[in-house]
Amino acid sequence: MMVNATTYTSLVPLLTVLVSLGAVPLIILSSRRPNLREFWTIAAGVAKLALVVSLLPSLLRHRIAVLNLGEIVPGVDLAFKADALGVFFALIASSLWLFTSFYSIGYVRGLQEHKQTRYFAYFAVCLSATMGIAFSANLATFIIFYEILTIATYPLVIHKETEEAIKAGRKYLAYTLTAGVFLIAAATWTYLLAGHLDFIPGGLLKNIPFEPKTAWSLFTLFLLGVGVKAAIMPLHSWLPTAMAAPTPVSALLHAVAVVKSGVFGVIRVGLFVFGPELLRRFHLDYLLLTSASLTIIIASFLALKEDNLKRRLAYSTVAHLSYIVLGVGLISSPALLGSLLHLAFHATMKITLFFCAGAIYVHLHKEKVSELDGVGHVMPWTMGAFAVGSIGLVGLPPVNGWLSKWCLGWGAVAAARPLYLIILILSGLLNAAYFFPIIYRAFFRQGETGKTGEASLLMVVPLVLTAILSILLGVWPDLGFKFFKIAHEVGRVIFGGVS
Amino acid sequence: MNPSSLVPFPPLIYLFAGIFIPLVTLRWRRLAGWLALTATTAAAFFSVINLLQVLKQGIIPYRFGGWIPPIGIEYILDPLSGFVITVINLIALGVIVHAHQSVKAEIKESRWPPYYALVMLFLTGANGIIMTGDFFNLYVFLEIGSLSLYGLIAVGEKKSPVAAFRYLVMGTVGGGFYLLGVGFLYLVTGSLNMGDVRNILPHLQVTAPLVVALTLMLIGLGIKMAVFPLHGWLPDAYTYAPSPTSAIMAPIGTKIGAYAIARIFFFIFGIRLITQIVPIAQVLAWLSAVGIIYGSVLAMAQNEIKRMLAYSSVAQVGYIGLGLGLANSFGFIGALLHIMNHGLMKACLFLVAGNFRLKLGHSRIDRLDDSLRRSMPWSAAAFTLAALAMIGVPPTVGFFSKWYLALGTIASRNWLFLAIILLSSLLNAVYFFRVIERMYFPWRGSSQKRTLSSPAPKNESQEVSLGLLLPTLIFALALIVVGFLNVWLVKTILTKALPAGF
Repeated sequence: MMVNATTYTSLVPLLTVLVSLGAVPLIILSSRRPNLREFWTIAAGVAKLALVVSLLPSLLRHRIAVLNLGEIVPGVDLAFKADALGVFFALIASSLWLFTSFYSIGYVRGLQEHKQTRYFAYFAVCLSATMGIAFSANLATFIIFYEILTIATYPLVIHKETEEAIKAGRKYLAYTLTAGVFLIAAATWTYLLAGHLDFIPGGLLKNIPFEPKTAWSLFTLFLLGVGVKAAIMPLHSWLPTAMAAPTPVSALLHAVAVVKSGVFGVIRVGLFVFGPELLRRFHLDYLLLTSASLTIIIASFLALKEDNLKRRLAYSTVAHLSYIVLGVGLISSPALLGSLLHLAFHATMKITLFFCAGAIYVHLHKEKVSELDGVGHVMPWTMGAFAVGSIGLVGLPPVNGWLSKWCLGWGAVAAARPLYLIILILSGLLNAAYFFPIIYRAFFRQGETGKTGEASLLMVVPLVLTAILSILLGVWPDLGFKFFKIAHEVGRVIFGGVS
Repeated sequence: MNPSSLVPFPPLIYLFAGIFIPLVTLRWRRLAGWLALTATTAAAFFSVINLLQVLKQGIIPYRFGGWIPPIGIEYILDPLSGFVITVINLIALGVIVHAHQSVKAEIKESRWPPYYALVMLFLTGANGIIMTGDFFNLYVFLEIGSLSLYGLIAVGEKKSPVAAFRYLVMGTVGGGFYLLGVGFLYLVTGSLNMGDVRNILPHLQVTAPLVVALTLMLIGLGIKMAVFPLHGWLPDAYTYAPSPTSAIMAPIGTKIGAYAIARIFFFIFGIRLITQIVPIAQVLAWLSAVGIIYGSVLAMAQNEIKRMLAYSSVAQVGYIGLGLGLANSFGFIGALLHIMNHGLMKACLFLVAGNFRLKLGHSRIDRLDDSLRRSMPWSAAAFTLAALAMIGVPPTVGFFSKWYLALGTIASRNWLFLAIILLSSLLNAVYFFRVIERMYFPWRGSSQKRTLSSPAPKNESQEVSLGLLLPTLIFALALIVVGFLNVWLVKTILTKALPAGF
């Protein structure tokens, strides 16, 4: 039943990392010519996406690209492996980077932001690190890129250089650097237990005899390490604070690249380091399930009472990230499918919502939900897209969110844990409770906005496109990049076929 | 030429340079810097040759004057000494290039010749300690190094003579303790040759004089290494010494002490004696662990970059001590690696501090502001990179030190030490980001929202000249390159530099 995947050596995974890194000097050198500078960002984005897509055909024929660059720490190589999970994540990040780049240009020019060169340069570094995380073949490589991502995001968080932004930057570093040292502790311990750190579907620690105490300590260390970026409560509070960053940063990094790297880490740790068997044997899944469930419920309530639009979106992100964690914790093939689909679909929906929030901020300088009365009449396209994203996150068809939620619910039932189905439904209702009033205000109330028309096309077009993409993916999940098929493949590798 | 005849070259070159510089410069004062540079280059070159030689053919002893040990003095070139001496001389080379201009700025011209002569003598001491295979000879070099350092510190700013005097007292006490220890050891073993002592010790009962000898030597060398709580001389000395002195003593001075401890306790006395019979390793590890936290916390409280770096050194020396004290192979390799890594980081940081002093006239944190990122972009970038290395962000060298040390603590199941090492890297982040924020972001008062229209600061680039910048940037670059080379270094050199018994 298992089709054994073959591997082939390829430079492509490394190139996906290098292509945006290579754009950095070009971006800096053309700092006095903004159009040329932005051209480099777009060119790198297109090249990166093309490279990732080029991995797809052979992946679907069970051929995995690998690249080994020699030992980086004793016994562990600096190695890349473009397996189904990695390609899946890389596809999401690199395709949405392209949307965000166009949107960023409209945003920073609309606001006449300072230090635009630094902004675009670090954005490129972040995406390099994200590709590195996606294609890491082992824990050491993963940590290296994970930490680079931490540092490269910092200049974007403090971009505004206000006191608030600098404080947000400190909080961000305090949380993420602490997580980094936990991860190092966990990785070195794992190395001493297993003698290697390669990610193996089903768990690299699978055959190691464990004391329950050791298993729990090690798993907790790992969870502290990846849980901060995945914003699992109580490790989440950096994320709402980090909303001090410019909106495109929040859109791509705080809804896609950085936080999804955290969740991606949870998947890698759960299923490729520990593996389903160990999770079940030591009841580690309860740790995931409990923390994820609590996060989903509490974050939804916090979103409910938050008046700042971006912060409300941030709490919503916290809740939705834990959907993915919940899916891992359920340890069943449909739940994992739901997890992965949510990883992709939440990205398209939430990036739409952030784009909308940014467009409103640039055009009308409004940041609060209570100020949004009548905005829908002024910016119908923007708020229309916002409605699409909201409907998706609530989990209503035809927007893609319903599909991932459906799979998660199915997974909960398949794993005979209907409690979590109830949590998913409850959370859907809470989503409706904090999103629909915004749409109601925008379209059905009258308010003074003082301006007419939409924000610049560079912003409106990307957000409409991501909204359309969200609907299309809800109807044909295999559209374009075959997200469904790849997610299915990940499940098959780990569980050996959907039960 | 017989390869073994190259063994004593590095210390001898420095010794001759130290003697010749005052003579030659009686007429040509400006030659002093060039002579020092030539000597350091030559010493670094021969160190590399020696290292390659030792990797090819194993341990190479050298007998001075052909006298047979234990009567004559023996130099031992093995992977450990070959590695440390190469690291130290290469770092010294970078610092001396930088000193070429910073000495001109900070020290009166009439003092150049003695200054450079003392630098050479300090390096003679450092190189001698590394090469020697003789307990008493080590004491001699220890004193040569310390005595010249007193002078190097004392030519600094107003308070430097006090700092020098404090170091003089502490250093002399340290030397005295070590010498007493050697005396007791001689009483027990009847030999001063290290190899000889190593062969005699297993046949002896562990008696009180031996324990006293071990303790006295640990205290003496601990002062040189600045292990907590024997670090008292260090902060003032680093702060008030002139920039070139701090830059040369910070990466090299304490490492020599660490090397001597590694050599004497782990290679000569042996793992069994210092872990199971007399708990020297445990004491060293615990003191270092306390020092890591103490140094990091005090570094956070400093307002002067050099003083902050000084306390940070107390903490970082703790990493080395902790790694050694773990007494397992991961810890030992981590400690040796950190001798190199910390040397590179601290050299880079002190050179930047020197650059700041040269251009801004100060290196006080509260007077730094975001005009720096425009006026001295490269120095600021080098500082930031070195700071990230200190925090241990991959792929810089600091990350790899942390990795080996973490492996070492977990291998010996010492969770407290693991926590301390990891906590310390977060404390590093606190005090380094304090400086980074100052350098890059507008500070309070000017913190209202800025837009594109914010006026560009008037001060155009004031970056230091190439002669100062180049060594700084080379060190900064090395922090990444050496990071990637760590496995290669460990495999080709450091695994051969482990003491017996791991």
